[in-house]
Amino acid sequence: MVHTSNQIWQKIASAEDGPTGITRDAIAVRELSKGYPSRDGCCVQAIQQTTFSVKEGEFVAVVGPSGCGKSTLLKILAGLLPPSKGEAFLRGTPINGPRHDIGVVFQSPVLLPWRSILENVLLPVDVQRLAGDRHRKVALELLNLVGLQEFAQRYPWELSGGMQQRAAIARALIHDPPMLLMDEPFGALDAMTREQMNLELQRIWLERKKTVLFITHSIPEAVFLSDRVLVMSSRPGRITDAVTVDIPHPRRLEAMNLPEFCAIVSSIRGQFHAKGVLDA
Amino acid sequence: MHKTRDVALTVAIFCASVLLGELIVRALEVPTYILPAPSKVAIALWRGFASGLYQKHLFHTLTETLLGFLLGSALGLLLGAAVALNRYVEYFFYPYIVMFQSVPKVALAPLIVVWFGLGMKSQVLNAALVACFPLIVNTIAGLKSADEDRVNLMRSLTASRTQIFWMLRLPSALPFIMAGFEVAMIFALIGAIVAEFVGSQAGLGMLIQSMNFNMDVAGQFSVLLMLSILGLLLNRCILLIRRRVLFWDPSVKQQIEQERVVL
Repeated sequence: MVHTSNQIWQKIASAEDGPTGITRDAIAVRELSKGYPSRDGCCVQAIQQTTFSVKEGEFVAVVGPSGCGKSTLLKILAGLLPPSKGEAFLRGTPINGPRHDIGVVFQSPVLLPWRSILENVLLPVDVQRLAGDRHRKVALELLNLVGLQEFAQRYPWELSGGMQQRAAIARALIHDPPMLLMDEPFGALDAMTREQMNLELQRIWLERKKTVLFITHSIPEAVFLSDRVLVMSSRPGRITDAVTVDIPHPRRLEAMNLPEFCAIVSSIRGQFHAKGVLDA
Repeated sequence: MHKTRDVALTVAIFCASVLLGELIVRALEVPTYILPAPSKVAIALWRGFASGLYQKHLFHTLTETLLGFLLGSALGLLLGAAVALNRYVEYFFYPYIVMFQSVPKVALAPLIVVWFGLGMKSQVLNAALVACFPLIVNTIAGLKSADEDRVNLMRSLTASRTQIFWMLRLPSALPFIMAGFEVAMIFALIGAIVAEFVGSQAGLGMLIQSMNFNMDVAGQFSVLLMLSILGLLLNRCILLIRRRVLFWDPSVKQQIEQERVVL
């Protein structure tokens, strides 16, 4: 499993990537680095020279051990952090701050307790001063989509963790962004709820045709959901491999028992073993 | 079932302690000018209200307290917000605010009376000055308490600083601000009474002083009783507002939940 950097480059870049590839890709990241100043003044590299791209409508998962800079990567793409070096583009335009064409789902639902579920879903509409009446209808449809139609008037603390995260997904979709950035959205949920949420996310993705960048530390989750899995190593964080998952959507939970599914999972796991991230 | 029992118990405890006080004062033959028996205090209270004297002064003190509370709260909120939102204001002006607040207001009251006279203006101003500090401190702490994840969420939605303030920082600060209101209301009452002591033409504080000159101890006790009941009622008003505003706050939710269990 040793690649030359050229081979990796070819695997990571999307197929029709050429000189004009940047404009066609939903997300394009070139030689991106991010360092933080550490306590002794020296620089801690969170992300180093990372390059990848995501096609319009593609579901790409980034999998890596904790502390490998996955969340930093997402914050840069969401426009919350400036990169130290390199470039990042969303749909052909460079990222220089938060923007309207993405929806972000964080690790925790981050719902505002003084707003009802419906009002929480409408938060982006209020912030971006979009038409209220029209989006109220959209919000109710989205709550229907995530199975929370009966909870519109409830408050976040009256809902379970999984339900809260579903509300957060509805909120990320309300302004109909073409791209979704998800940062370990189901990390805090129990295994059964998590599988349920994976199925629902797949359904939403197939229905809404969004480009999704999904960050997780669960290899099976990454393989189950995505078209392509980007493997990220830690210290410094960089993408070391891209694995295409050739299992047709919609996938059912039983797909996890398919030999090709298991082969992909174990090959990715093998890469982490080789780097000593996981115990053999 | 439980509620009627609780009310009955409250009344019983009150009656028992009043009766006990009456018995002790009578048994030990304590002179009225040292400690009046509850019955004497009750008579003084009844006479005060029957003659219309107490209503007049009570209304005066209540007006001062409420005006002082409103003025002090507005001042506290503005100063607190300025300090919390602007680090230059914090660096250059906050030390003066703290220095000013370290001065006991009792020591300031005579000056205020010299500047603004014996009228209501002085008492309202003193009440406001005493009431504003808890609000400054709590507003600062509250506005700085906004959760980092929530700030990031708002930023990712392209919210401006003003939007983040109104939609996130201010609501997040409300539990602190409501606690500040609770203290400020009582402080406003104290500030008003202190100003009345120093010099006033009306109010319960002035009434206590004039009764003190006349050795009317039972009367003083009746006014003190009124003051404490007034304080309690004002505090309850704030708590009622707090419950409506902070229905989402864990402390209020817990309280409502407990009451549901008791009932």
